[in-house]
Amino acid sequence: MTAFAPSPEIQHAIDSVLQKYPTKMAACIPVLHLCQDAVGWCSPEVIEWVAKRLELPAAHVQGVVTFYTLFFQKPVGKHVIWVCQTLPCALRGAEGVLEHLQSKLKIKVGETSSDNLFTLKTAECLASCDSAPMIQIDKEYFEHLTNERIDEILGQFRAKENPS
Amino acid sequence: VIEPVAFLTKTFGAQNPSSLETYENHGGYQAIRKVFSMEPAKVIDEVKAANIRGRGGAGFPMGVKWSFMRPHPTLPAYLVVNADEGEPGTHKDRYLMEKAPHLLLEGCMIGCYAIGAHTCFIYVRDELHVAKARLNQAIDEAKAKGFLGNSPFGKSYALNIVVHSGAGAYICGEETSLLNSLEGRRGEPRIKPPFPAQVGAFGCPTTVNNVESIAAAVVAMQMGGAEFSKLSRLHALGDGGCRLYGVNGHVQKPLVIELPCGPTINELIELAGGVSGGRKVKAVIPGGSSCPVLLPSEIFSAPDEKSPLHAWHGKSVFDVPMGVDTMRAAGTMLGTCCLTVIAEGTSMVRVAANIARFYKHESCGQCTPCREGTGWLHRIYGKIEAGEGSLEELNMITEIASNMVGNTICAFAEGAAGPMIAFVRKFRSEFEARIQGEPLAKSLI
Repeated sequence: MTAFAPSPEIQHAIDSVLQKYPTKMAACIPVLHLCQDAVGWCSPEVIEWVAKRLELPAAHVQGVVTFYTLFFQKPVGKHVIWVCQTLPCALRGAEGVLEHLQSKLKIKVGETSSDNLFTLKTAECLASCDSAPMIQIDKEYFEHLTNERIDEILGQFRAKENPS
Repeated sequence: VIEPVAFLTKTFGAQNPSSLETYENHGGYQAIRKVFSMEPAKVIDEVKAANIRGRGGAGFPMGVKWSFMRPHPTLPAYLVVNADEGEPGTHKDRYLMEKAPHLLLEGCMIGCYAIGAHTCFIYVRDELHVAKARLNQAIDEAKAKGFLGNSPFGKSYALNIVVHSGAGAYICGEETSLLNSLEGRRGEPRIKPPFPAQVGAFGCPTTVNNVESIAAAVVAMQMGGAEFSKLSRLHALGDGGCRLYGVNGHVQKPLVIELPCGPTINELIELAGGVSGGRKVKAVIPGGSSCPVLLPSEIFSAPDEKSPLHAWHGKSVFDVPMGVDTMRAAGTMLGTCCLTVIAEGTSMVRVAANIARFYKHESCGQCTPCREGTGWLHRIYGKIEAGEGSLEELNMITEIASNMVGNTICAFAEGAAGPMIAFVRKFRSEFEARIQGEPLAKSLI
């Protein structure tokens, strides 16, 4: 187990986050976001480091990590695909989107593709009901989806990995 | 048909709608200048006169909520904006944040001044990265212009606005849960009292308002509270102004549109191009999945001739103006007034199972009736959907849901139970048929 050692940039970002709040605890979620962005998930080392940095019990930080859907408790692929499956998206084809992604990536929900590029997850309502069906990949929304559009999006992500 | 208006959305069509320049060219940051010349109590009176019913779903009058704030001898006060939009079928606040971030900021300034706060936190659900970036950019622009800081617009009233990110939890839209989350805790709702106006964020007096409510305050202060209220078809019911309506699901053109308060369900479906595939409408969820489903065959009942609702007595609920009180009288809720339209031929068994899954996933687990109840409802609806349910289990749904109501810390359980009861009551024959082996429609589309 190697201790988490955030870069100076992250340290700096954490310092400015802390200035925004009257308590150190309030920085817990923003700081976890910053660390997860760097490491890819909220590893035990990240939790321990954040607890020390914010002067909180590690159990508190662990409790926060396990409460929120967007903190990963296990490593994930390089990109995480969230498929909105809640009713307004379901009424406009979310089931087909999920099926198509599963067959294209040859994985089931919760799994990571063999090249470690994509983890597939389902999401509950992402507040984008008028552009359904939609997915979120990392921090970006992709809306009004069709199978062709999904293929195109996956292709773009793959092309970024292997520029020819 | 009701005509769209452009108050909240006035910059949406502009070239660079989110910029400070665009906003000022459209009369932005004039309301706050006016507000700074008034006594805070007068600002609250004006917002009361505007009859802004909370746009987050609860429909509580915003001016009244503001008036609950009392200066504390030692503690600061906070304004917290609820931008945790996540009620299934709700997709309106995102537009305001992305396209009119300065409108929200101006609303925050007005709100802070009215309730005696100097710091405002905007709690945005994490997924809305574009909204957060635009808000942060707008804050930077406003700071550079001297609109935020120690003496905004030359007034010695310090103002600071912070964008805070959530991390994925529907429950954080509940205001006390949101406050816990803002403080860096698990987003579990708090027991009330004390209410946030007494003990809110960081133990200080706090007002929590929805994004659109805060934005509406700008329009109300610009045109005057009473004038703003009169924009509404339901002004006489104390449900004032204009607001954003959404239409999603089985319609030709899902949309978000700004209208005077009080369009009918039928008008909204028409504005969205009608039901998709030339079908008829089977049912509508009026304002997010917590609102019990409505059928076009339901008749609005207000037999008391003295009641202000009597005007619509005997009409289809689809022809009644959508307002906080009218939808309550129709046995549902206005919620966030983003309609989910369900076309004929759609399996209500699958619709109900989808929503049951949502509540099971999002219950925070703090209170046993909700944690266990949403689990049971999810399992039973799932079994019926899979063709493995029994009539005995169907009969248990109402009992389980009823035992959740009133037995929990927050209103999540009511929001989960209400629609579950309504689906069984209004579509019982569909559930029975499925239990007896009728095949399900293949797709929900």
